[in-house]
Amino acid sequence: MNSIISVYRFYLDGFKNMKIGKALWKIIAFKLLVIFLFLNYFIHDRSINTEYRTQQQKADFVYNNLIGER
Amino acid sequence: MEEHLVDWSRAQFALTAIYHFLFVPLTLGLGFIVAIMETIYVRTGSEEWKKITKFWMTLFAINFAIGVATGLIMEFEFGTNWANYSWFVGDIFGAPLAVEGILAFFMESTFFAVMFFGWNKVGKRFHLVSTWLVAVGSNLSALWILVANGWMQYPVGMTFNPDTVRNEMTNFWEVLFSPVAISKFLHTIGSGYMVSALFVTGISAWYLLRNRDVLFAKRSMIVGATFGFVASLFLTLSGDESAHQVALKQPVKLAAMEGLYEGRESAGIVAVGILNGDKNLTNDLEPYHFEIEIPYALSLLGYHDANAYVPGLRDLVYGNEERGIISTAEKMRRGRIAVNALEAYKEAKKGGDILKAAEAKKLLDENMKYFGYGHIKAAEDVVPPIALTFYTFHIMVTLGGWFLLLFALLLFYVTKRDISAYPLLLRSALWSIPLGYIAAEAGWIVAEVGRQPWAIQDLMPVGIAATKIATTNVQISFWLFAILFTLLLIAEIRIMTKQIKIGPEGGH
Repeated sequence: MNSIISVYRFYLDGFKNMKIGKALWKIIAFKLLVIFLFLNYFIHDRSINTEYRTQQQKADFVYNNLIGER
Repeated sequence: MEEHLVDWSRAQFALTAIYHFLFVPLTLGLGFIVAIMETIYVRTGSEEWKKITKFWMTLFAINFAIGVATGLIMEFEFGTNWANYSWFVGDIFGAPLAVEGILAFFMESTFFAVMFFGWNKVGKRFHLVSTWLVAVGSNLSALWILVANGWMQYPVGMTFNPDTVRNEMTNFWEVLFSPVAISKFLHTIGSGYMVSALFVTGISAWYLLRNRDVLFAKRSMIVGATFGFVASLFLTLSGDESAHQVALKQPVKLAAMEGLYEGRESAGIVAVGILNGDKNLTNDLEPYHFEIEIPYALSLLGYHDANAYVPGLRDLVYGNEERGIISTAEKMRRGRIAVNALEAYKEAKKGGDILKAAEAKKLLDENMKYFGYGHIKAAEDVVPPIALTFYTFHIMVTLGGWFLLLFALLLFYVTKRDISAYPLLLRSALWSIPLGYIAAEAGWIVAEVGRQPWAIQDLMPVGIAATKIATTNVQISFWLFAILFTLLLIAEIRIMTKQIKIGPEGGH
């Protein structure tokens, strides 16, 4: 338990004492927000995994593309 | 597949890859430079070296934080824009990327925290080990990415399963130790080391030009120039091996890199040249408006034999019986046999005809290495954009030569003379920082544009790899990525510049 607390304090102190790091965390948060939320739900909302449920359906989809594009 | 859509998907991937690789090189090399500086600090106990270490570590952290997760966008794109490709490569691409993810997350992130927060909280040696592990971890991450990329350039260690329409890994070690993957890894990390060394020497030069923090700058310059000089020698060797592998595995790329239309023995390298834009495979125009050639160098570079025959684009497209080079038309014929055999296999399986399915499978296996050619429309389509491949290759090599010279000069003047008295050399070091990035990106353009039209060499052209999605979606996300990455780049430059202006006394 003590070691968990000391690891927690290690990180807490580290984050508290950061000077430049705070700006960097804001950038990281903004970036992840754009990547995961906006792009995932609004732009990249369709993929082979969302369109087809089973492995066989996915295989058939790719197979048809391979055969159809000769 | 609609060409417009394929081009937009291609452009989007190129954009994200190019931007991503603006952040990666510094992570690869600066980690080691910082670890070397900290090792000197631990061995000498000098507070000046601690200050030097902490300053460069802060810049490393800025680059790491801004660059982290930019590669994730490419993984998104595999699923959305390149669904056929993602499925077709199966676990071969997934396994190295999964290892990369685990390594990057656990190893780098854990020890990164110790490295950044752990000053005065953990022992000196534990801190030093953490710094080294961050450097090693980031390079190991790169290994797995480049193994995956190497497989796309030279697919080995797998068999194609027509039931699942996927390639299945049969030999992990063959994938990992593929000569293309290893030479690609070594050359790429070498370019990262060179960019990092240019970064350190360039910024040190900036301080010296302003007569600020002179001891700090000179010491940093010594480490940076030594590291850069060794990295440049390493890059020369790994570049030689890389070109040798290209000659053996992707001869069309090598011919495009040199604008070589006609194959010849004892082929020279064009050291400086301007391509003739009107030249094509079928006319007899001169390939260059002007060129200065180094005799024998291409044969030597490609085949390690000064008299070796280097096939030209015409040999590779139209075939050369005398040299045993089969034509692209023949490969296309065999590729179509493979694609038709896949269809016949599927139909036979559906109809329950085991014998016919076995025959089709045999035919497919025999011709599988040409499978991608079954989707090529014209033989000339296997030639990549020659001008882009040629010029980026020559930019990369020329800059590589300049960096070797620069590091040698910097090392000499910083150790044997008062380097502050040579402002031209210092300015050259400062202005070489962007040149390092240009060389590194040019290298990637040679590697990726030079292998067009293939997403997977000989097995899947880019047009087949792409997903049929709305072009508008790709266009919108292209511009969004462009804006996002440009903002990140501006942020990186601004934060870095601010920190550099504050100087080594600023802390982090």
